Amino acid sequence: MINREGLHYTKEHEWLSIDGDIATVGITEYAAEKLGDIVFVDLPKVGSSTTYMKICGEIESTKSVGELYAPVDGEIVEVNDVVSGNPELVNHDPFGAGWLIKIRFTELPALLTHEEYAALTGEG
Amino acid sequence: MGASFTDFGGWEMPVRYSSDLAEHHAVRSAAGLFDISHMGEIFVEGKQAGAFLDFALVGAASEIAIGRAKYALICNESGGILDDLIVYRLGQNAYLVVANASNKDVVATALDERAVGFDVEVKDESDQWALLAIQGPHSVKILSQITNAPLAELKYYAISEAQIAQVNCLLARTGYTGEDGFEIYIPVDAVAKVFDQIMAAGKDHGLLPTGLACRDTLRLEAGMPLYGQEMNIDINPYPAGFGKVVRLDKPGDFVGKAALIALSQTPPTKVLVGLAGEGKRAARADYEVFVEGSDSTIGVVTSGALSPTLGFPIAMGYLNADFADVDTPISVDIRGARTPFTVVKLPFYKRAKN
Repeated sequence: MINREGLHYTKEHEWLSIDGDIATVGITEYAAEKLGDIVFVDLPKVGSSTTYMKICGEIESTKSVGELYAPVDGEIVEVNDVVSGNPELVNHDPFGAGWLIKIRFTELPALLTHEEYAALTGEG
Repeated sequence: MGASFTDFGGWEMPVRYSSDLAEHHAVRSAAGLFDISHMGEIFVEGKQAGAFLDFALVGAASEIAIGRAKYALICNESGGILDDLIVYRLGQNAYLVVANASNKDVVATALDERAVGFDVEVKDESDQWALLAIQGPHSVKILSQITNAPLAELKYYAISEAQIAQVNCLLARTGYTGEDGFEIYIPVDAVAKVFDQIMAAGKDHGLLPTGLACRDTLRLEAGMPLYGQEMNIDINPYPAGFGKVVRLDKPGDFVGKAALIALSQTPPTKVLVGLAGEGKRAARADYEVFVEGSDSTIGVVTSGALSPTLGFPIAMGYLNADFADVDTPISVDIRGARTPFTVVKLPFYKRAKN
């Protein structure tokens, strides 16, 4: 079980877990619930580069399409192929098995703390 | 119940109770209970009720047998669709006209205006009636536990008075999901009791409370157009595939007749079609449709989703008649990516009849 208090967050409802120069990225439970049943995720290719707050993927639910914004500048080093085949994992375990991408970054931008993100969503 | 709600014409309507997909599958495999109280109930009564509706609508309400229902359209003078309706004949001189929530005022006003000179009374009782729909293969089994009404004898598109959970209701075998089921018109102060008793009766039969979100994917699979998506005031019945609903052969005049006669004489340039794709990406409303491998626009998607039952993307949309034949390959622009789809016959899903 991941410790949500220790994660970083963005205003676009992504979470980041930092390990050295690798950020593991997913969307928050709040975002997953807002989207509804997720039926398709489109993730970037390994090796592609990401730019802070540029769209790098899509998360589609029965009713709408959500965009995945790159939370850091860097390079995609891994994507969660399990989620591509089982997009409902993003609903069931957004902070765990439903993680989306890993990015090798050079520098961390200003991100939200758990408290700040909770204040943003009016939860917690 | 943990539902999320949306405001719809002053009614707080449940979008979903748990999960759109779980609710969708429950209706296909067991049953779902929808609260669609936002629909408009307009009663038409009087000696000339039938003749009046024949004038006000494009169909032939006077031909409906007592206790039966018909799908109907109300058009303006130019033939544009104001709303699609279900018309129930309750008695020799009594009808119930059910309008979409977003159009109930438009329909009530149009009926009032058109009633001038007819011996008829038009009563918009939308605020006094709630409407529940139980839909799915287990509907009969569930409802029979809380009513003595002979459910098996109530035919598809029939209506009768019935006591459900000791409440006097109007019970109709209609729906908007492609499944067997019932729509129950209930005095508004008794709806909570009926809702709770149906839920209790369905406890062991897989019944889920179901919201408007899954209602949309269910009706789409069943190839049923939705007003505001496939129909609007600028669309006449012919491109929408409802030529047969217009009864140009009925005696007397009706609103829109001259325009509809003219429209019926030339084939429409755009027609409503079904589209099926591969993969998982849905073609959604307003996405443009192109000739395969070309930049010529030939139409637009009006509704689309990844079909929960079929597992592939389905959509409805208006296409140039030249590209509307079944099996025509076309492509849809899904957020910048041209994605192959094929024109298919509607509906996408048809329940197995027993």
